Amino acid sequence: MYGNHVGLKDVTLSIDKGEFVFIVGPSGSGKSTFIKLISRELKADEGHIYVGDKDVVRMSNREIPDLRRSIGMVFQNFRLLPNKTVYENVAFAMEVVRSPRRTIKRQVPQILSVMGISDKAKNFPHELSMGEQQRVAIARAVINGPQVLIADEPTGNLDPETAWEIMKLLDLINRRGTTVVMVTHAIDIVNRMNKRAVTIEAGRITGDSKGGLA
Amino acid sequence: MFRGLRYTIRESFVSLFRSKVMTVASVFSITAMLLILGLFFLLTVNVNMATEGVKNQFDTIEVFLLDETTEEDAAIISKSLTSMDQVADVQFISKDQAMAEFRQRFGSNAYLLDGLTTNPLPNSLRVKLSDIQDGELVAEICRNFSGIEDVRYYQSEISKILDVTDVLQKGALIIIAFLIIVSVVVVSNTIKLTVMSREAEIRIMKNVGATNWFIRGPLLLQGILIGCISALIALGVTFFVYREFVATYGSQVAALMTMEMVSPEFMLINLAWIFAALGASIGAFGSIISMRKFLKA
Repeated sequence: MYGNHVGLKDVTLSIDKGEFVFIVGPSGSGKSTFIKLISRELKADEGHIYVGDKDVVRMSNREIPDLRRSIGMVFQNFRLLPNKTVYENVAFAMEVVRSPRRTIKRQVPQILSVMGISDKAKNFPHELSMGEQQRVAIARAVINGPQVLIADEPTGNLDPETAWEIMKLLDLINRRGTTVVMVTHAIDIVNRMNKRAVTIEAGRITGDSKGGLA
Repeated sequence: MFRGLRYTIRESFVSLFRSKVMTVASVFSITAMLLILGLFFLLTVNVNMATEGVKNQFDTIEVFLLDETTEEDAAIISKSLTSMDQVADVQFISKDQAMAEFRQRFGSNAYLLDGLTTNPLPNSLRVKLSDIQDGELVAEICRNFSGIEDVRYYQSEISKILDVTDVLQKGALIIIAFLIIVSVVVVSNTIKLTVMSREAEIRIMKNVGATNWFIRGPLLLQGILIGCISALIALGVTFFVYREFVATYGSQVAALMTMEMVSPEFMLINLAWIFAALGASIGAFGSIISMRKFLKA
């Protein structure tokens, strides 16, 4: 790696379809780099990264949009469009993949209801609480039915109670068949969820345990 | 396909209105540059027309014959001149014809000529050149025939006019090229501001898997729309100002240049094409340049 990105070296990790995996580690350990490599925001210098049966490293630029459509992304700062309503923010992800308008009109209210924010459809992001904004972001990430949901510190800005609500949503999405990879340093959440946890420190994997952190 | 088109069109209009200040700034700068360009265009076209007019008036050499020269001699001279490639046509003008033309030029004052008992005007040959560049050569040949009193050809005047128009045309071309470059830079900068203000949005679009063309489309159309709006404004302003100018000063200019000014309607049609093509391509080019960096990864 180069620039201000933390390097990752000799990392070998396999995540099965339908798994729920935490990536844990101190800040600056390479967690964010890991995510950027998967979504091809960064290109690995060497090695292979497979999402499904596609090698992300050898992929041409033209294949990147398809890759990203198969990955839903959720961020600590939500990354919602401030000048679009909740409904429009979610519908936007479907417009990008050119879904028919009728499909959009049917599916967006459905997912908003699953996320428990149906009554906020016409509100703008700044009118929502942090937890509600993250629910919108999750709705947007899963609306196109991705294989994998990647969440980068999704609870970082939330109080513990709201954070746990979000975790329950992610768990629900996982139980519906989507692989979930969540980067966090909230150790209490990792242990409470009791799922597989991979520890990254200084660009290397230093731990991989089932049922929370050992 | 049509779904994508509708999205592109809607988004470009929305973004046009959402970033009002940026749009107005871009429209203002392209309009300004098109106005200056239009001014030079009007000037060049008019000067070109005037030059052509002057050329047509000065493509004739007048060869005045001595009174002793018979019409047969004149016919021989005429024949040998006609055989030259550089000569388009030779016309014999008799004393009487010359007087008739002279009277016509005097118009209502022609009675002043009634006092003349003899016709003082000589017979002459009017030599029309096929190319004005050969004027001096042909004039020299005419001087060498015997039986000739005088050869009149306005060589120095013509070459002066040609020099001036040449400089004018080249100057206008350089200034127009310069203006085009400046306005591409201006537009690309204003659209870059739009792109930067929408950087978050673009990043989100890429995150959810938008293709580059999906992101580029609305911005490209936005640039083209800005260009077309500017072209429309510039066209309107140029047309009305020019029409007023022709209406007010047209006759004076016509007297000065011995040529009518080019009609505003003719200018309207030509400028419409030039402005639309230039405005749209400046807008498109400007937006492509400004987006390049943002769409790399």
